Amino acid sequence: MQYLFSFIAVKLSRKNGFDLALLPVNFQPLMSTPTNHSSYDSGASNGREIFELYNRMESDKILLSFKGDVTSDLTASVLSIMEKRLMELNETPKLRKKIYNVMVECLQNLYHHIDSAPDSDDEDAKKKSAIFMIGLNNQGYSITTGNYIDSTRVPGFADRLNRINALNPEELKELYKEVLNSSERSGKGGGGLGMIDIARKTGKKLNYDFIPVTDNLSFFSLSISIDTEDNN
Amino acid sequence: MEAIALEGTPKTPKVSFDSASGTLLLKGRSIPENSIEFYRPLVDWLESYSANPRASTVCEIQLEYFNTSSSKCLLDIFKKMEQMNSSGHEIVINWYYEEDDEDMLEAGEDYQSIINVPFKMIEVQG
Repeated sequence: MQYLFSFIAVKLSRKNGFDLALLPVNFQPLMSTPTNHSSYDSGASNGREIFELYNRMESDKILLSFKGDVTSDLTASVLSIMEKRLMELNETPKLRKKIYNVMVECLQNLYHHIDSAPDSDDEDAKKKSAIFMIGLNNQGYSITTGNYIDSTRVPGFADRLNRINALNPEELKELYKEVLNSSERSGKGGGGLGMIDIARKTGKKLNYDFIPVTDNLSFFSLSISIDTEDNN
Repeated sequence: MEAIALEGTPKTPKVSFDSASGTLLLKGRSIPENSIEFYRPLVDWLESYSANPRASTVCEIQLEYFNTSSSKCLLDIFKKMEQMNSSGHEIVINWYYEEDDEDMLEAGEDYQSIINVPFKMIEVQG
């Protein structure tokens, strides 16, 4: 089953439970076969699937979720929505800034990945699509991203992430400065600092996975947690 | 030479580079997707300015957020300051950070340890 939500934002308040804000971008009905519908629906009913998706997001405590092309405008919208939410949730400036910074790096990783994806016919649509989610649990916030990458890039990328995960805070600081001061640049300027910065700011391991999807494509997922307690 | 005066946007900082007073200001957010494109004119301006700078130049960095692609461009700017400093001009970089923003303080200290120019860390109320 394919979910075709372009943009779903769920507002969560710790005190008040959930309410849902659906941002209006190309919502298309989910594909489903009409089954024993009652007189209270249109016949091509997919209410059950939407309700299940809603419940899944609620139990995962998803604050905001997006699937689709990560553009510059989308990035700006997500940041602005989350900035407002974090204010409403009365988080400290320190925590808000940390979350903001990590969101920027994650979204721009997705943006640049999409930018650099080589054109190819039927797999093209997959390559350009990504998922981005922010959840809130008892420990704090989680930021999850997922995107397709060429399988040939997986070993090198995994190796880089493993090396970052093996470092203590002092070593991360030194690596950051070394990469910052190196002449290496990616096309748009970052030159591989993003993941180091995320690891450094969160003080957590980068939790990642690669799943082979086709002969040439893998799905990369990254899950980052930011503890509330460490940042108050 | 012409001053640079740019208003801030949600993704780019306010810029005020004034050769007459020798003050260089970056203020706000610096999170553009393409930082090189945004910073190239600023680095070019500094290149010209450094040929004939004021006796004393003050660089005011009042950034609330910056992304990692901006961080390399900031280093480019500071390296120009370093060149001017080593050719005998007085340079100060004032690095502002909001109280409790340890990440921003630490970012300033990273630059301080790489660049041979006096840095002043200035804490401001959030």
